[in-house]
Amino acid sequence: MSDTHAQTVPFVRDTMLPAAPPPATQAGAVRWLRENLFSGPVNTVLTIIGLLIIWFLVSHYWDWFAHSVWNANSLNECRQIIIDTWGEGARGACFAVIRERWNQYVFGFYPPELYWRPTMTFGLLIVALVPVLFSASLTIRRAVLVITAIATLTSMIALGSPVIWLAFATLVLAGGFVASERNLGWLLPFSMLYPLMGVWFLWGGSVWGPVFVLVGPVLGWIAWRILAGRMPVIAVLAGVVVTLLFWLFLSGSAAEDAQRLLPMGIEAVRSDRFGGFLLSVTIGVAGIALSLPLGIVLALSRQSDMFLIKSLSVVFIEFIRGVPLITLLFVASLLLNYFLPPGTNFDIILRVIIMVTLFAAAYMAEVIRGGLAALPRGQYEAADALGLDYWKAQRLIILPQALKISIPGIVSTFIGMFKDTTLVTFVGLYDPLKSMSDAVRANIEWKGIYWEPFIFVGAIFFIICFAMSRYSMYLERRLQRDHK
Amino acid sequence: MTDVSASAHASFRPSMLIYDRRYRSLTFQVIVFILVMAALWWLIGNTISNLNAMGKSFDFGFLFQRAGYDISGTPIPYTGNDSHLRATMVGLLNTLIVSILGCIAATILGVAVGVARLSKNWLFARLMTVYVEIFRNIPLLLWILVIYAVFTEILPAPNAYRGESPAWSMILFDHVALTNRYTAIPTLGMDNDPGSLDLGARVTVNWATIAFVVALVGGWFIRRAINAHAQKVQDRTGIRPATLWKNLAVMILPSLFLIWYFGLHLLAPSLQGFNFTGGLNITNSLVVLWLALTLYTAAFIAEIVRAGILAVSRGQSEAAFALGLRPKRTMNLVILPQALRVIIPPLISQYLNLTKNSSLAIAVGYMDLRGTLGGTTLNQTGRELEAIVLMMLIYLALSLIISAGMNIFNSRVKLKER
Amino acid sequence: MSEAINRQVDHSHMQVSDRVAIDIRNMNKWYGTFHVLRDIDLTVYQGERIVIAGPSGSGKSTLIRCINRLEEHQAGHISVDGVELTSDIKNIDKVRSEVGMVFQHFNLFPHLTVLENCTLAPIWVRKTPRREAEATAMHFLEKVKIPDQAHKYPGQLSGGQQQRVAIARSLCMQPKIMLFDEPTSALDPEMIKEVLDTMIQLAEEGMTMICVTHEMGFAQAVANRVIFMDQGQIVEQNTPSEFFNNPKSERTKLFLSQILGH
Repeated sequence: MSDTHAQTVPFVRDTMLPAAPPPATQAGAVRWLRENLFSGPVNTVLTIIGLLIIWFLVSHYWDWFAHSVWNANSLNECRQIIIDTWGEGARGACFAVIRERWNQYVFGFYPPELYWRPTMTFGLLIVALVPVLFSASLTIRRAVLVITAIATLTSMIALGSPVIWLAFATLVLAGGFVASERNLGWLLPFSMLYPLMGVWFLWGGSVWGPVFVLVGPVLGWIAWRILAGRMPVIAVLAGVVVTLLFWLFLSGSAAEDAQRLLPMGIEAVRSDRFGGFLLSVTIGVAGIALSLPLGIVLALSRQSDMFLIKSLSVVFIEFIRGVPLITLLFVASLLLNYFLPPGTNFDIILRVIIMVTLFAAAYMAEVIRGGLAALPRGQYEAADALGLDYWKAQRLIILPQALKISIPGIVSTFIGMFKDTTLVTFVGLYDPLKSMSDAVRANIEWKGIYWEPFIFVGAIFFIICFAMSRYSMYLERRLQRDHK
Repeated sequence: MTDVSASAHASFRPSMLIYDRRYRSLTFQVIVFILVMAALWWLIGNTISNLNAMGKSFDFGFLFQRAGYDISGTPIPYTGNDSHLRATMVGLLNTLIVSILGCIAATILGVAVGVARLSKNWLFARLMTVYVEIFRNIPLLLWILVIYAVFTEILPAPNAYRGESPAWSMILFDHVALTNRYTAIPTLGMDNDPGSLDLGARVTVNWATIAFVVALVGGWFIRRAINAHAQKVQDRTGIRPATLWKNLAVMILPSLFLIWYFGLHLLAPSLQGFNFTGGLNITNSLVVLWLALTLYTAAFIAEIVRAGILAVSRGQSEAAFALGLRPKRTMNLVILPQALRVIIPPLISQYLNLTKNSSLAIAVGYMDLRGTLGGTTLNQTGRELEAIVLMMLIYLALSLIISAGMNIFNSRVKLKER
Repeated sequence: MSEAINRQVDHSHMQVSDRVAIDIRNMNKWYGTFHVLRDIDLTVYQGERIVIAGPSGSGKSTLIRCINRLEEHQAGHISVDGVELTSDIKNIDKVRSEVGMVFQHFNLFPHLTVLENCTLAPIWVRKTPRREAEATAMHFLEKVKIPDQAHKYPGQLSGGQQQRVAIARSLCMQPKIMLFDEPTSALDPEMIKEVLDTMIQLAEEGMTMICVTHEMGFAQAVANRVIFMDQGQIVEQNTPSEFFNNPKSERTKLFLSQILGH
């Protein structure tokens, strides 16, 4: 009997087979369609429904978009142009309202001769943010800075900026570019100073106010320096107390005295002149900048093992998260006067910023708490074993990792907060969405125009929020790549 | 014998308040406590002196005074002669109505869209992505205003439905009419009305409603009993008796019987004169708010559902298939329990958000809690402090109830891990 | 017996002095009502290499975690290099900067490079200038034979390499005492050897070490004392040869028969 039979005869291949093209149903567009659109009855039905939806949208709204008019001074003029061009019965969008009311949507009631100031503030904001946002990629930094520089300077020239401020902006933008090429660290002092500068550029007034605000921390630093050698804990406390005391009791009168002795300043702009996207961005940026640190403090307190600290932060977070933002805005506009000493009357935008900040900070705290909880215990133990104290361990080990884990949550909190800035319309501020559009419609020329302002404002919000969410995805990917 | 730690013997020195672990946290907490108390004392002191200066007091007596304003669309009987308290209750009920309707609709739409985004159909998945991104990245207020504008600017007055060849016709088999003031929907009629139960305070509940609730709740309990029995039989014999038809029967048959018994039927609205009668005319502010909240929240829910399904690793279903479980059982026993654990907590916080966002009723004039207590009542009585504090407390209570529900759920499904 | 040790260990520098490095007297610890450590008395002299063995849950890890106050003892005394461990923060900081610790799961900081992991504590705790700290770090990374990985992130290294980085990280603080908490338990067999080699090298240089480990080969080759713990107490301690060849207690015999197997 043989041990081998036909199937198991030894076999050695002497020529290799070349790859053959697949059958027609397995390749190209046909295969793609089959797999992605018509792989089964359910799939086919879904495809048809999808096509119907697209067909419905296109057939109903295409002509409206296609007949858009961008150049007219009133709704009636718009309609006339459409009829003249496309015949009786034609309809079309009248985006001319955006063109004609552009300044109002962007700057609100800000004095037109000072439009260059918010423009410059916004351009410099991007310079200040570059070291924070785009620390990893030189190419992106270059692109962002060059575009910012060109856009800011041309707009400032067009808006009639005085030469001296044009020179100042050029200097900062050029400095930002040099720093970005050489050493990003050089930009950090500018980023730290920016909040004060931005506030002064927007609201204007005496230069001495912000200068003396700056003096506070300097005095605090001196106090800390003197005591730091002997009593480190007391020294930190002393620094904080000195700063606060200076701000509370001295900086205001000192600024007034200085202004009397040596008047220096730019034209002041009252808060009720703010409106449109200028208002949204001001509140949004301030809220973002303030709510992140506050959220971190709240999250750390909530994780603390000190009973009182933990309970205070739990009560605060749960209270803020339990009520709608509108009620907090009402507190800002109606109740704050009850809680403060009689006669105090501080700025409504500032009040709204405080409330929006508190609101976002409570949500931020919960997001960051999730990040803190996700860190393995070993990280805390290793930091302890190396002898790092609580604050150093938090700053060097725990927070960098916890914040990284929380990036998606943090950014979606930012997005939510930016969208919520539209609610300020209910406390009488001119947000771009409702109050400003109502104001535009209140004019006889634009009475009855609804869809175009909604589309415009919605598109701007969409671009900003969508960009933020994409940026957070970019960051997530970058951080994953870095550490794996 | 063990002896206590050495430091306990050491005499107390003031520096230990800062450098000794046991005292440091105490020191810190005492300082914070003093600061918080001082801040509270300052705020309360300011409030008292401000109230005195304005000649006001802090007192909720205004709630029992005559409200004197009308509310359109009230779930319980209300007239201008009722108290502010009753107006507040109407507002709260309106908040609850739009929130509950919104949660239900948003869940259905959100789950559908979330699953559709995972569909293999390229076109449909893309369309759903566009929907989700557009709604998530544009403020809710804009959606409310846009839908409101559609209802007021595009929809016709009721009399557009009149005549031989009307400009507009009713939808859903002549049962629903959309107009620029209200949406007319059918209501339920009974041939055999059993009368109503008076709950006091002019709130009545029809006995038929009670009968349906009892039938549904009873049916649900019987269903549980049937399933428990099936489980027992399966544990004993290994074979699970079929329960599907029994369950369907106990859930549906009693309701069918009640429908027949009370002679329940739909009453479609019809145009009489200038308005629709015979049905239920729902004010457009409710419809608009409900639609906007639903579309907006559903976009977020869709993302949660999608993430929840993706979070269950493919290995889980492969393992279940390899064990020989059929797809349906795999879904019920392996995938869903894990996915739900991921989905439910953020889902409930979306419900929370929806409830809070319902306060945007202010944009369309829907009389919710903000509109009554925090709106007209506040303006008429001038009691800002009391009205806003009370309103915040009510919202807070609602939120705490919802999150308590979430915590119970979380503790029940928490993965048992070391 | 483990095959991981396959080289001659050089005992020339392993000298035990009479200076006390760690002194534990009457130490007790409870988790709630559970008495985890019972009347622990242990004196460790400078230059000693001590291996602590015992079944899981016997309190060995808790014991060495008490030595740098990752866990707090409730009664008794622990002093490390003459510094008594109380709730005084200054003492705790002093002890921690002189005692290095290596964990079972490495606990490297994943957001920092290997080099940054090593320089972090010298810079922030010891206030060493950066350049100097980096030079020291490179020196120790060379010692654990991975200088070429200095600029990678921990996630890019194998388990064995990570544990060696963890050892280098502790060494950068120039500790007088090293604690090892099951340093090889989370590693694949082929990586255990490289970590043990590093530990042996450290012992050969005269480092005072306390190791919780199941590597009995390491214990025999390096330790001058083996301590056996069970149910929160020290059951037996002896020289390795006596401990392995002539165990006294029944518990020890049972444990050795289980762990050394057939």
